[in-house]
Amino acid sequence: MVEFLASPLGIGLTILAQILLLVVLLLMSLAVLLYADRKIWAAVQMRKGPNVVGPFGLLQSFADFFKYALKEIVIPAGADRAIFLMAPMITFTLSMIAWAVIPFGDGWAIAELNVAILYVFAVSSLEVYGIIMGGWASNSKYPFLGSLRSAAQMISYEVSIGLILIGVIISTGSLNLTDIVRAQHGDLGFLNWYWLPHLPMVFLFFISALAETNRPPFDLPEAESELVAGYQVEYSSTPFLLFMIGEYATIVLMTALISLIFFGGWLSPVPFLPDGALWMVGKMLVIFFLISMVKAIVPRYRYDQLMRLGWKVFLPFSLAWVVLVAFLARYEVLGGFWARWPEVLVVIQ
Amino acid sequence: MTILDLSFYLFAFVTVGSGLFVVVARNPVHSVLWLIACFLSTAGLFVLLGAEFVAMLLIIVYVGAVAVLFLFVVMMLDVDFAELKAEMARYVPLAALIGLILLMQLVIAYGVWGAAEGVVVAEGLADIAVPPALNTTSLGLILYDRYFLMFQLAGLILLVAMIGAITLTLRHRKDVKRQNVLHQMWRDPATAMDVHDVKPGQGL
Repeated sequence: MVEFLASPLGIGLTILAQILLLVVLLLMSLAVLLYADRKIWAAVQMRKGPNVVGPFGLLQSFADFFKYALKEIVIPAGADRAIFLMAPMITFTLSMIAWAVIPFGDGWAIAELNVAILYVFAVSSLEVYGIIMGGWASNSKYPFLGSLRSAAQMISYEVSIGLILIGVIISTGSLNLTDIVRAQHGDLGFLNWYWLPHLPMVFLFFISALAETNRPPFDLPEAESELVAGYQVEYSSTPFLLFMIGEYATIVLMTALISLIFFGGWLSPVPFLPDGALWMVGKMLVIFFLISMVKAIVPRYRYDQLMRLGWKVFLPFSLAWVVLVAFLARYEVLGGFWARWPEVLVVIQ
Repeated sequence: MTILDLSFYLFAFVTVGSGLFVVVARNPVHSVLWLIACFLSTAGLFVLLGAEFVAMLLIIVYVGAVAVLFLFVVMMLDVDFAELKAEMARYVPLAALIGLILLMQLVIAYGVWGAAEGVVVAEGLADIAVPPALNTTSLGLILYDRYFLMFQLAGLILLVAMIGAITLTLRHRKDVKRQNVLHQMWRDPATAMDVHDVKPGQGL
């Protein structure tokens, strides 16, 4: 058995099994999170939310799944068929492959990349293609307007997300997500995590993540009051389902990213409790709850306000923060509070 | 043939094939999408070379930003495809000539590759001793430490180009109504709103 697992075929099968496990778990938890999102939203608006299918409406997401999967796929007459069908697949695939590098525990990642954080950033910067292609291939006015808006929006907020990530990378001296979490380990528990040294950036990152995933209050690509449903207007049945799952998987990915880079990933908040993947899941759930609450209580931004916020507020602020962190790390202010570099880097210097 | 060879040939064929389709695709949007496929498989080739940092940078910069802008512009264009194809036929001889020149240059470069074997690695690169796994670190040390001035100058040139593009296109139009954001945020009900008790039948 051990020999077989060490052979190329064995390694391949192990990785395949890991991928399957992750994808199945992710899709199952997405079904529950979608339900939770709707319930939270309903509770804020003093409605009941989904409560018909199954006990407390728990099976609502599964009922929705079957409804979408069994309906007819309608392709508009003037649409570019190949790209029209490719767009939702791209959205779905990209939202899944980014999970390959997310470590749920120490060493619990499918792929331990040296440039993991860049990989996540690259994949999330590709996600705009699903939306642009879908909007263009529909050959219809509202989807096209929606996709143009989303392209501009996602590129704008990627810039500030990238700069915030650079601040964290400077503090860690590594692009590896596991190293970033390990650098937050210390005797003080949750006071050692990066949310404290990078406090203003936590808020900026949270808001940028909302804009990057097209969540309310920045859901302008699918603003139903002005664009019907934006880039998704012409989509029905399974392609629509893929868009929906992709969108939610990206949101959950952002919660994972926030908990990894600012809230210590799998580390326990207090020193006397053991670290573990459960902490990671718990942190992700709390951040998901916050994202749901934002959807429920904040009104939608106007498009020019969104652009102004991205380029005139977030970009200068995060850029200034990168410069500041670089100085704080280089001169080891507060005993290296901002500089937690591994030994090898210190030696090179 | 190992998995490494297999993936090299896969990426190489996809790169060349999609590069070909960039040129022959009738619809310019399809061309851009093929170009993206080309970039992605090039990134795959970089990963196979062990340059994972460059690969990620290629995806983030070219696919994530530059190609999106291409797509943005091309989608907004109102192109007459038939006319475009007729134009293309006229320029085929010129294109063939340029292609031939490029091909010859590649052949010449490949021919002298062996002769240049004795070239030493740029001075000073060898003495930066880092573990092979940390090629991002060594890249950073070279760019930001050893060739700091060159790197800054390159950045400055890009900045100048950007400022130039902005000054060329920036127009201050007087007849447009602008919104003062601070003014909007500091509005309060006391100054923005009058409450009147309107008597029925009288109006204001």
